[in-house]
Amino acid sequence: MSTLTPPTGAPKSVGAARNKNKNAERSEARSVEPKSDARNQGVTAESSTGLPVLGAPTGRTNRYVGKTGAEIMLQMLVEHGVTDAFGYPGGAILPTFDQLYKNQINFILVRHEQGAGHMADGYARATGKPGIVIVTSGPGATNTVTPLATAYMDSIPMIVFSGQVRTYMIGNDAFQEADVTGITRPVTKRNYLVKSVNDLPRIINEAFIIATTGRPGPVLIDLPVDVTTSKVEQMIDDTPYLPGYKVYRAGHSRMIKQAMELINRAERPVLYVGGGAIISDAWAEVRELAKKANIPCTTTLLGMGAFDEHNPLSLHMLGMHGSAYANYAVQESDCLIAVGARFDDRVTGNLKLFAPKARIIHVDVDPSSISKNVKVDVPVVGDAKLCLAEMCELAEYRPREAWLEQIKAWKQKFPFTYHDDSPLPKPQAIIEAINQVTEGKAYFTTGVGQHQMWAAQFIRWRFPRSMITSGGLGTMGYGLPAAIGAQVGRPGELVIDIDGDASYIMTAMELATIRQFNLPVKVAILNNRFQGMVRQWQQLFYGGRFSNSEMVNPDFAAMAESFGIRGMRCTRKEDVLKTVEEMVKHPGPCVVDFLCETAENVYPMVPSGKGLHEMELGVVASAPPNSARELGSLA
Amino acid sequence: MRHVITALVMNEPGVLAHVANMFSARGFNIDSLVVGRTEDPQLSRMTIVVVADDRTLDQVRKQLAKIVTVVKVRDYRETPFVARDLMLVKLSASPRTRSEIIELAGLFRGHILDVGHNSLTVELSGEEDKLDAFVDLVRPYGIRELARTGMIAMARGGHAMSLAGEDSDGTGSPTVAAPPIAQSSGRPARVAVKRVPTQEELEATPPG
Repeated sequence: MSTLTPPTGAPKSVGAARNKNKNAERSEARSVEPKSDARNQGVTAESSTGLPVLGAPTGRTNRYVGKTGAEIMLQMLVEHGVTDAFGYPGGAILPTFDQLYKNQINFILVRHEQGAGHMADGYARATGKPGIVIVTSGPGATNTVTPLATAYMDSIPMIVFSGQVRTYMIGNDAFQEADVTGITRPVTKRNYLVKSVNDLPRIINEAFIIATTGRPGPVLIDLPVDVTTSKVEQMIDDTPYLPGYKVYRAGHSRMIKQAMELINRAERPVLYVGGGAIISDAWAEVRELAKKANIPCTTTLLGMGAFDEHNPLSLHMLGMHGSAYANYAVQESDCLIAVGARFDDRVTGNLKLFAPKARIIHVDVDPSSISKNVKVDVPVVGDAKLCLAEMCELAEYRPREAWLEQIKAWKQKFPFTYHDDSPLPKPQAIIEAINQVTEGKAYFTTGVGQHQMWAAQFIRWRFPRSMITSGGLGTMGYGLPAAIGAQVGRPGELVIDIDGDASYIMTAMELATIRQFNLPVKVAILNNRFQGMVRQWQQLFYGGRFSNSEMVNPDFAAMAESFGIRGMRCTRKEDVLKTVEEMVKHPGPCVVDFLCETAENVYPMVPSGKGLHEMELGVVASAPPNSARELGSLA
Repeated sequence: MRHVITALVMNEPGVLAHVANMFSARGFNIDSLVVGRTEDPQLSRMTIVVVADDRTLDQVRKQLAKIVTVVKVRDYRETPFVARDLMLVKLSASPRTRSEIIELAGLFRGHILDVGHNSLTVELSGEEDKLDAFVDLVRPYGIRELARTGMIAMARGGHAMSLAGEDSDGTGSPTVAAPPIAQSSGRPARVAVKRVPTQEELEATPPG
């Protein structure tokens, strides 16, 4: 991981200044936990047997006797390597907050529980450690439903602790009562209503295993007040009991052999790499396989950074708004190797027309992903890192000159591009400037919509975990809280929220959280006064009837200033680069309102119901030959 | 096509809701779903009848197995199995028709559970077809009330489904009893770890 982690993006002096912030001080002060890579910490570590190892030894024990549920919970969080948590207090969770008062965990008080959930999610994506959320019962818990669904769709490890009314009150429609386990069941990997404090240690151990292993996902633990306040009075067993839980590790050697025979024979192979490669830390193996077997590689929105986009073999993103060359390559391929990807409809377009000439190999840790949408020829069930390492062993180099020539021709003909023909800056130009200034060495979060797609297209992704975005659920308002979470998990690193005006304002109250904890998050708002992607669809498919997609926005810079955060506004093309530089150099938090062209659409675009090769090229088709931007279109 | 799936699930609140919700959320059609206790107090057994093609059935199995509280899943596409449905039916019965109904029930190996002045309650178990046939036959007498449990099923021969593992070697040897729940200290987490799935597993459901 060391060589590939994005180095601190900002110049040295700025980094030093940033370290002065309160959060960085706190993170240094509380160095009770050994500083090591997340993979080797607590539950995410693996013993030689492949079984997850817990923070503390488990079994029948006296060590909880005399402690309340809240004390046990906080003690166990620390044992599991938790250093940071996000949340908001309330009546039913006050016993736990009372313990937090005395605890060394760095707690981030948010402004809305949805923010806490997305922060924990962004934290998890940036660090690989599970994100921890602590909220109260009823509305506190229901406000975490959207973040839970976001994390569930994108397989992000997260544990939400929610307060609950006393066990004897449950079902009585008590004040701030909600059936939280019932509400969250479809959006969690597992959830628990703790009925007795004696079950709590086992449940917490199980929650860490479930959240972080296999295909990770969110877990919710509902804690009635009388569970957090009553004491354990006897010896109890905290051994996790998960007879129905299966974790796939190494792939089946016969399937791996079959897969590699196919790959080694293939004339036109394509690697299609998804978020699973990031989750399992398999980026080195992805790059190794592509290099060793000489295979061009495309990544999904969540897989950005698993492959170095400066590599000539990179096809950049595929799918609905993916590159023309990635989509053509998939459609022409005779062997498609999917790694930690799930053939989402935004990737495949019309399933009947998807990769018609290809034999399909699918490496995935979740057997239910295999042949769910696309019939797979060779399934390899297991952890991407382990499976790819074995596959690399068997890989043979093939020149594949014709195929690579064809891809090069597509790349030359259809690069990501735009026409700089409007009075206001084009949104793509702003992202290009951000890419130029940061060289991709930062953690980027986004909201959802046009700006998200342009960020995927115009930043040259090189580092795993650098793209933090809501892919599956497509949660607008994700960007700002996710950036806060990423910053908490990566103090001293450059974190930039590339946001749209409509997405941003959905959770903009978290500016107060940024201020309170002095987190040096940067926000670049691509402000086109519209819900851009909705506007694009209404223009293309609804006769230009812009029904409720136009936004009247506040002065975002003044708004930030009112929170005590540096606010800037950029309206002229010639100021874009300068403003981005100023934003990145600013030692504290900073919000920049980039006013940009409204009537700009994202291209290429695969209309729904069409095959990937039937994409509308838009401006990409009209790119003059010399417009191939050196930003990675051709290396 | 109708398929029968059985699942061992953890005996705790919310599991039935989770399974039922998964079916509706993914658009799978349930014909019947029966859940009840097993020999192990920690486990319940579900028998689910679904209408699905082979590919959908694979997805159903995989999605069931993915639920953390579902311990084991199997279907009976390639296994001979016995299946039973239990029915209680209350029929209108005058003194004149009573003996006819009793005779019919006898032919179907049913039992008379209750006799009223103008009614008769019959208990009948068997395969679904047999119950359907009986219902057809007694309809003219007047059905006042009818309740069926839905199908429960079990493989023929020595194949058994239990916590300890499925006896799938086909030898019919008895399966090992489930381990006692009592726990020793210092043991690693008891999580089923699959290292090397076989071709069949990969193509179908992950077995427990």
